[in-house]
Amino acid sequence: MDAPVIRFAGVSRTYPMEGELVEALRGIDLEIEQGELMAIMGPSGSGKSTMMHIAGLLDTLSRGRYELEGEDVSSLSKNQRADIRNRRIGFIFQSFNLLARCSALENVELPMLYHRPGVAERRERAMAALEAVGMADRAQHLPRQLSGGQQQRVAVARALVNRPALILADEPTGNLDTRTGREIIRLLSSLHQQGITVVLVTHDPEVGRAMRRRIFLRDGLLERDEAA
Amino acid sequence: MDILGTVIRLALRGLMAYKARSLLTMLGIIIGIGAVIVMISVGRGANASIQKQISDLGANMLMVYSGSTKKGGVKGGHGSKPTLRVADAQAIARECPAVAEVTHITLRSSQVVAGEKNWNTTVYGTTASYPVVRDWRMEQGEFLTNQHMRSAANVAVLGATVVKNLFSPGEPALGGKIRINNVPFTVIGVLASKGSDPHGRDQDDTLFVPYTTFSRKLHGRRLPGVVNVIALSARSKRLVPEAKREVEELLRQKHRIAPGAEDDFSVRALDEYAQMADKTMDIMTILLTSVAAISLVVGGIGIMNIMLVSVTERTREIGIRMAVGARERDVLVQFLTEAMTMSVLGGVLGTLLGVGAAKAVGWATGWMSPIDVDAILLATLFSAGVGVFFGYYPARQASRMDLIEALRYE
Repeated sequence: MDAPVIRFAGVSRTYPMEGELVEALRGIDLEIEQGELMAIMGPSGSGKSTMMHIAGLLDTLSRGRYELEGEDVSSLSKNQRADIRNRRIGFIFQSFNLLARCSALENVELPMLYHRPGVAERRERAMAALEAVGMADRAQHLPRQLSGGQQQRVAVARALVNRPALILADEPTGNLDTRTGREIIRLLSSLHQQGITVVLVTHDPEVGRAMRRRIFLRDGLLERDEAA
Repeated sequence: MDILGTVIRLALRGLMAYKARSLLTMLGIIIGIGAVIVMISVGRGANASIQKQISDLGANMLMVYSGSTKKGGVKGGHGSKPTLRVADAQAIARECPAVAEVTHITLRSSQVVAGEKNWNTTVYGTTASYPVVRDWRMEQGEFLTNQHMRSAANVAVLGATVVKNLFSPGEPALGGKIRINNVPFTVIGVLASKGSDPHGRDQDDTLFVPYTTFSRKLHGRRLPGVVNVIALSARSKRLVPEAKREVEELLRQKHRIAPGAEDDFSVRALDEYAQMADKTMDIMTILLTSVAAISLVVGGIGIMNIMLVSVTERTREIGIRMAVGARERDVLVQFLTEAMTMSVLGGVLGTLLGVGAAKAVGWATGWMSPIDVDAILLATLFSAGVGVFFGYYPARQASRMDLIEALRYE
């Protein structure tokens, strides 16, 4: 049995805000197994974004222990965290976060700039990823020439391109209409079927219902854990 | 390496997206580097031209002028007092070991006639060693010989300007008959053209006759044995000061000048002119270098300013790059490369501008303005250095940005 992709043990996060310490997460225990398709849900300020940032090594935790694929990543340096994000985690954001001056293809190549395969391999893998999300014919388009759904597909390709173990999506449908949102969720589900662990943050119950497992946060605590 | 290629390509795309802003930012560098290129090339051209004029006067040459007259407090200037004699020149040749060759000159402006043409020029009475001291080649025929001196022969050697004014094109000057103050002379040689001296006087507008002939048959009856100038060459460039000292000592002794009394002659080395020219050049160089340095600093600050704006504008982009795995160093290198791309591009444009300006100056003044590779290399290196120096602070700001904040930035 492989180690869980994510294991949180008593993970807490406090921020100083206007002279006071705000507790965004207050001791979360959680395991996410390989190949899960899971939603983190909860009202605004419940700590779901913070949890996602910590899981994605974008942010550090204040107390507790975080193991990624069995490896303790609680107290890595900035550069070590950058390397892990680069090779093992793919990100999808609510506002797509594509570089405006770069073509779709260049945006997908971006993570590989810091992973350093050769130019030819980079191009080939980026094209394959665009193919996988159905955007190969838009490779040379700039983000502003693409619709929101198309931009999010490019972002999914970017998240895929380094073949990560884990894809984290922060409100991936938040800026999309319902129909396009469903398409993106279908895309993420198909990735899950290929064996990639997908965790997304959402407050949309419909999106939540499409997931195999849902956890609910409230005031920085794990309130409920539902498996479908 | 191909990462750098991508970064440079993106940097150029960014510059092209804001053409006016980029150009204005680069202007300081363009002007600074342009000034450096013009300074180096025009400075070298001007200096080379001056040095060539000076060395054309004669290698390692020294001139001895007679002293100044003094009538009622009014000094007549160099050469106005007839204190130098042929015997002085002969004594220098005999007794000064640092001196290679000695000649002396007596000169007077005279009207010269050849057939139906006539021309007013300076007639020099001199010795056979004159062309050796002056380092002056013959174009045709030969110069005056010691035999001509002894016999006070009526022979003359002409400068190029005199030939041009006395003889029609195609007419042979050599063997031609001319008259100076109605005394007939035969032309036995023509000197190669030497151009202007550092004062702008045409050195080719001269005519040479044996000094013996000059004093017996032309002008010298009033003051026999007196010469205007003694010219001599030191054995080497290094020996010029030594030769000067020896000549001064000998002449003071021969002229019986008491210790502490003022000399009735003066010795001037030509390398003093050269040093003077160098000093002028040095001042010009310092001035232009400061202009260039100030311009580069101002240009660098401009780049720093724009880079700081750019880092703020692109906070989100920095966040995205970091999220997908850019390390601090990757972000630092990216922004440093952008700053350098801007400054090096400015440097290249400045170099083109400078080369153009230097060519224009060279064309206008007739100086050769050599554009050398080391000046261009220096300029490029300098502009890259400016980019690194002034780009580092903004780039470090970018690389130290807080990731979560950057991703939230609108």
